[in-house]
Amino acid sequence: MTARRWTVRLLALGYLSALLFIPVAMIAVRTFQNGIGPVWTAITDPNTVHALWLTLQITLIAVPLNTIFGICAAIAIVRYDFRGKALLNAFIALPFALSPVVVGLCLILTYGRTGWFGADLANQGIQVIFALPGMVLATIFVSLPFVAREVIPVLREIGTEQEQAAATLGASSAQTFFRVTLPAIRWGVVYGVVLTTARSIGEYGAVAVVSGRIIGVTETATIHVNTAYQSFDKVGAYSTALVLAVTALSTVLIMNLVNTRRGEG
Amino acid sequence: MGVATAWVSIIVLLPVAALAYQAKLGGWDSFWTAITSPDAVAALKLTLGVAFVLVVINAVFGTLIAWMLVRDSFPGLGVINTMIDLPFALPTIVAGLVLLILYGPGSPIGVNIAFTRTAVLVALLFETLPFVVRSVQPVLMELDREMEEAAASLGAPPFAVFRRVVLPTLAPSILSGCGLAFAKAIGEFGSVSLISGNLPFSTQVMSVLIYGQIESDNVAGAAALSIALLVIALIVLLLIGVAQRWGMRHEDAA
Repeated sequence: MTARRWTVRLLALGYLSALLFIPVAMIAVRTFQNGIGPVWTAITDPNTVHALWLTLQITLIAVPLNTIFGICAAIAIVRYDFRGKALLNAFIALPFALSPVVVGLCLILTYGRTGWFGADLANQGIQVIFALPGMVLATIFVSLPFVAREVIPVLREIGTEQEQAAATLGASSAQTFFRVTLPAIRWGVVYGVVLTTARSIGEYGAVAVVSGRIIGVTETATIHVNTAYQSFDKVGAYSTALVLAVTALSTVLIMNLVNTRRGEG
Repeated sequence: MGVATAWVSIIVLLPVAALAYQAKLGGWDSFWTAITSPDAVAALKLTLGVAFVLVVINAVFGTLIAWMLVRDSFPGLGVINTMIDLPFALPTIVAGLVLLILYGPGSPIGVNIAFTRTAVLVALLFETLPFVVRSVQPVLMELDREMEEAAASLGAPPFAVFRRVVLPTLAPSILSGCGLAFAKAIGEFGSVSLISGNLPFSTQVMSVLIYGQIESDNVAGAAALSIALLVIALIVLLLIGVAQRWGMRHEDAA
């Protein structure tokens, strides 16, 4: 019994340490190898600051839009019957099946110079690809399913009794939503928002394809990590990566906290 | 619901339709030429080959880790449980960088696997770590231990109990976790692009090849390869649906 338990423990912990724990810990060690001075210089470099600011901007646009849409989609799928519902259900999951690079290509074919709307948009003086709008579209695309996917099971579980009671008592549909439905699904929404935020901050492939990687202009934090590493600026790459890693670590801790809360009701 | 349908149409449907249109534009012949070109075949073989190896490793270690999280108890286990989700939250490019620090040139433990196929596998194992663990864990928690105890008391050796009693119940969740890991692995870009060196015919995976073709303005070729990759992912996701239904039937029977 004990021997078997120790074998499982040793194998599982060995695998996790080699693959996850030690590599992630090493980034902190390597970043501060030469003290805090070079790290501070790297983080306050104008290109780094711009990259972090751009990532923040994109996230602040993508997350609220996907939150509102995700709640709408979840309600539509769980509470209503309409033509094309099966399709909506299928297409919401599609971003999970697409490689980020393919997402970027799809957007180029739609909004790029030779794409479907490329010429029209150019005539209007609107640039989507190699500019902020394209990067926002790419981020919304890859992080689209998370809120809906978290809210759908919660909506199913709470049922419609309370909503019907509120409607019977004369509440408008807006009142019913804000006073009854939203409080009931709040932890599902929060969990979905956390996942959407993490994905928005961390997206690399799709954004890299549509951004054109113009340093100081369309370079996000993740693209900056790559650029710095490829140009042998290791401190720059490690410092920005550490900022992103700490963000990811906070995300995981918040997810854990939300799960505990959700368990308590 | 109008809002939801319109949003999905604009954000997802329209761009994917543009991809399908682009692939159709070239016709079947040029599609076939693109996906049977030597570098595409090499990339496809590597991508699928690594994904199959990855699925086997994930099935074994994912189940093992889930087992430890559910059945074992020691100080720090809660923290480990929380950290399992880290690969989901960590940007892929950071994952690649982090692995390069430990297993690349200048490795503190003297192991340099950068720019090899092993590196591709390791990066993908990192990215897909949570899938099997998180799909097996809840099933293992619900599992009735009486059956195992009954089997043991009837004289079944521990491994037989696992193989005959526990494994059949876990199989659908292991399969569905493996399917998700496979679908993620064949499309993964960030971590692999950094650690693999992207050597054609050696370490270049599909997503990196497609990226290169977009950069060199070969949009038609990139579209053809993208369609091939998308079809494979959709088939895998369809099979997951089948595995899940199989799991539900299993539950009903029990």
